[in-house]
Amino acid sequence: MREVAIVSYAQTPMRRDAGANNDVEMLMGTLQEALSNVGMTQKDIDFTCSGSCDYLGGAAFAFVSAVDALGAVPPIAESHVEMDAAWALYEAWLKIQCGKADTALIYGFGKSSHCALPDMLCLQLDPYAMQPLWPDSISLAALQANALLQSGKYTERDLAEVVANSRRNAKGNPKAQLKGDYTVEQLLKEPTFVSPLRKHDCCPISDGASVLIMTTREKAEKLCKRPAFITGIDHRIDAHGLGMRDLTVSTSTRIAGEKAGVHKGKVDIAELYAPFSHQELILRDALGLDPAKTKINPSGGALAGHVFMACGLDRIGAVATSIMNGEASRGVAHATSGPCLQQNLVAVLEG
Amino acid sequence: MANACAVVGVGQSARYRSKIKMSIAGLVREAAQEALKDAGCTWNDIDAVIIGKAPDFFEGVVMPEIYLAEALGCVGKPMLRVHTAGSVGGSTAIVAASYVQSGQFNRVLTVAYEKQSESNAMWALSSKQPFSPHLNAGAGGFFAPIIREYMRRSGAPADTGCKVALKDRKHALRNPRAHMHEKPEDLDLEKYVNSFMLWEPLRFSEVCPSSDGACAMVLASEDLAKKSPNPPAWIHGAAMRSEPTMYPWREEVNPQAGIDCAKDVYSQAGITNPRKEIDAAEVYVPFSWYEPMWLENLGFAEVNQGWKLTEEGATFIDGGDIPWNCSGGVLSSNPIGASGMIRFAEAALQVRGMAGEHQVDGAKTALGHAYGGGSQFFAMWIVRSTKP
Amino acid sequence: MSDEKTMVEGFEAPISLHYTFAAGHAISKFLRSMKEGKIVGQRSPATGKVIVPPRGSCPESGKPTTEEVELGDTGTVITFTVVHIPIPNNPVKPPFIVANICLDGADQTFIHLVSDCNNDDVKIGTRVKAVWKDKAEWDYSMDNIKYFKPLDEAPVDIEKLKASRLKEVGKYRHA
Repeated sequence: MREVAIVSYAQTPMRRDAGANNDVEMLMGTLQEALSNVGMTQKDIDFTCSGSCDYLGGAAFAFVSAVDALGAVPPIAESHVEMDAAWALYEAWLKIQCGKADTALIYGFGKSSHCALPDMLCLQLDPYAMQPLWPDSISLAALQANALLQSGKYTERDLAEVVANSRRNAKGNPKAQLKGDYTVEQLLKEPTFVSPLRKHDCCPISDGASVLIMTTREKAEKLCKRPAFITGIDHRIDAHGLGMRDLTVSTSTRIAGEKAGVHKGKVDIAELYAPFSHQELILRDALGLDPAKTKINPSGGALAGHVFMACGLDRIGAVATSIMNGEASRGVAHATSGPCLQQNLVAVLEG
Repeated sequence: MANACAVVGVGQSARYRSKIKMSIAGLVREAAQEALKDAGCTWNDIDAVIIGKAPDFFEGVVMPEIYLAEALGCVGKPMLRVHTAGSVGGSTAIVAASYVQSGQFNRVLTVAYEKQSESNAMWALSSKQPFSPHLNAGAGGFFAPIIREYMRRSGAPADTGCKVALKDRKHALRNPRAHMHEKPEDLDLEKYVNSFMLWEPLRFSEVCPSSDGACAMVLASEDLAKKSPNPPAWIHGAAMRSEPTMYPWREEVNPQAGIDCAKDVYSQAGITNPRKEIDAAEVYVPFSWYEPMWLENLGFAEVNQGWKLTEEGATFIDGGDIPWNCSGGVLSSNPIGASGMIRFAEAALQVRGMAGEHQVDGAKTALGHAYGGGSQFFAMWIVRSTKP
Repeated sequence: MSDEKTMVEGFEAPISLHYTFAAGHAISKFLRSMKEGKIVGQRSPATGKVIVPPRGSCPESGKPTTEEVELGDTGTVITFTVVHIPIPNNPVKPPFIVANICLDGADQTFIHLVSDCNNDDVKIGTRVKAVWKDKAEWDYSMDNIKYFKPLDEAPVDIEKLKASRLKEVGKYRHA
């Protein structure tokens, strides 16, 4: 296996509405920032891969116009997944493993402000049996939260603690959308939104873009004092039918974590893509993380800002940044997709 | 550095049609099961599934791989969804190959599909945005002006396009899966050149149909490929290139991304003279004139000379020295998201000697090609009957 | 139970989603100029080429574009198609010409109608001028131009046009 390390990561601030900026305008500055961080230009990139979703913008080929931000003349080796950009990173990682590229640039972007995201996500469901009922993503998450609470594993208080931690951690993240000091008692006084979830249990809707650059060990060590090496990465999917799986656990996360080697060493930090507070608890369990030993979502996680299609890449970027800054030696990053944590990716990063 | 990888199984819809009476899950399963059977394996033998299709707007299902996890036997396995516009079927095959070539996986399933009957492609491609004029009448309206410019430059006869279409529809009669099986009396140049004008200079006879369909392949590592029941098609080169849709004075007739992609894939496979060294090619030709244009772009002919090969019959299976699209091509079947993968799979069938009635005798080296967007995304592979 | 006769082959499942679009800064600015009857492109700092309508980026370099260039409403048909099928929800009746038009002083084409002419007289290289709607009807839209009409001028050799533009823009190129 070739050793691959992350050497640069740049992110726009996460905002409820990026205003008049279109996707390309949102991306350009971030791309340039990621490249200039390591003194690179587009010509130093062997492979570019992105993640985006056409339905966010309401028109086919969102990723096509994004090519305008890349400087792709002369033409470049490039690909796209209609998935969170964490999977674009996976595709690029394979490309490097094949020896077909040394350096890859990965980006993800999304402006969820254009549409009603929870409704749009209904279209992810089985188009014959489920989608016509229009169960929105928050309602499905609430079903899962209820199952978790009913199982007796966790209480509403535990959910509120996840939120309080996220808001507190996000105070140190200049890109975060939601942050501040809240007590568990304060949060529990809030009314329920979609029972048993309160509004603060749900991630915000955010606009933004993120760019990450990774390369081989030889090159990484010349570019960066403490590159963040990807020592394990794996992704798995669970059944789509919500009745086909135990919603209180995440089997696919567990398998991906085992394959990625989460348990092979001490985990200093973990960035978990949990769009709903209760999901952080499920993911923690699936990965066997102990919050007393591992700092969970030091960036604030998805509850502090959720750029749909980039949020998973942002988790990897956040862990990489902590390692590059010397704040952590070993960390775990996680990405998810689909209703109730159906599909999951886990990466282990080490300094 | 890349590990060897081969196509050991191919599956396709029994017949591409304007409406296949199956769910999306049924559609992809039909192709996948046939590929597994060809590869002599079962769902349990598959390590990962890589799926591709064109825009989600076509069927109105967002990230449909999420819903297809069970149908494709993926539960507990990795699943990845590629989307690179019209080239997606080809790109998906290339990404799937990288799962094996990286040494991370031994045997993967790749699937691409489109079910155009469940939505309206014209609507999906031309959704009205408030700030741009709404004039682009589907893909044909975009490509017809480029074809006109090719005709001006090359001085090709006006009926070359119809000859391409006629040739591919004749090929289609040898492929039981092809969507368009025209009656022998309709395969007539006179009828083709007088068919209804859509986007001048493109006539109805020169345009691909709108199809439902799926294509699947099983790709395996060297050890497994050697044990597979049917002959493998070894991947000798795979490449992708992209460029922006529009930029000042962009060369649209002979796009640089296509030239660069071909150069890359030929150099990987050690090909210096494609016309001589490639025995069969499956090239993405949704509008007839793209055959002569891609003959030039892919280095089979000099610039502005591609039409002469078509006129000479060089691309026809009977007597041609470089048969193009013996399956009938995109002009005879076009489940958009799958069309690229069908090209890649048909190239594999040719070198495996399994193309049936449309087999090119003794084909050892074949090209699979796909393009998409505004002729800006390219994916190609070279497969051979022998191991690299 | 589920014999062929009772098999469900399809059902209608309408999808309705509401979107608010953001055109982008560059296009918004362009549309505000259009409302005043002015066509304003942007010059790429990397290539010196003029893009209209501007999209805020130079697609060749990925660099932002900011320098504005006001253009006239005459140009050249770079290529075109005669559309013989109706465009859904469009009042224009076939056959009509949709052309890739390059305005004088610009380097990138956009598509628009060419009308008020004999379709057979339009060629690659035909010179055209915009025919505007009444000023009272101007909106934030490219549709303020009803169509382009051929000028009584000799057609242009588009390869020579390209060569002269590429020579011209060289002097505007920054680092």
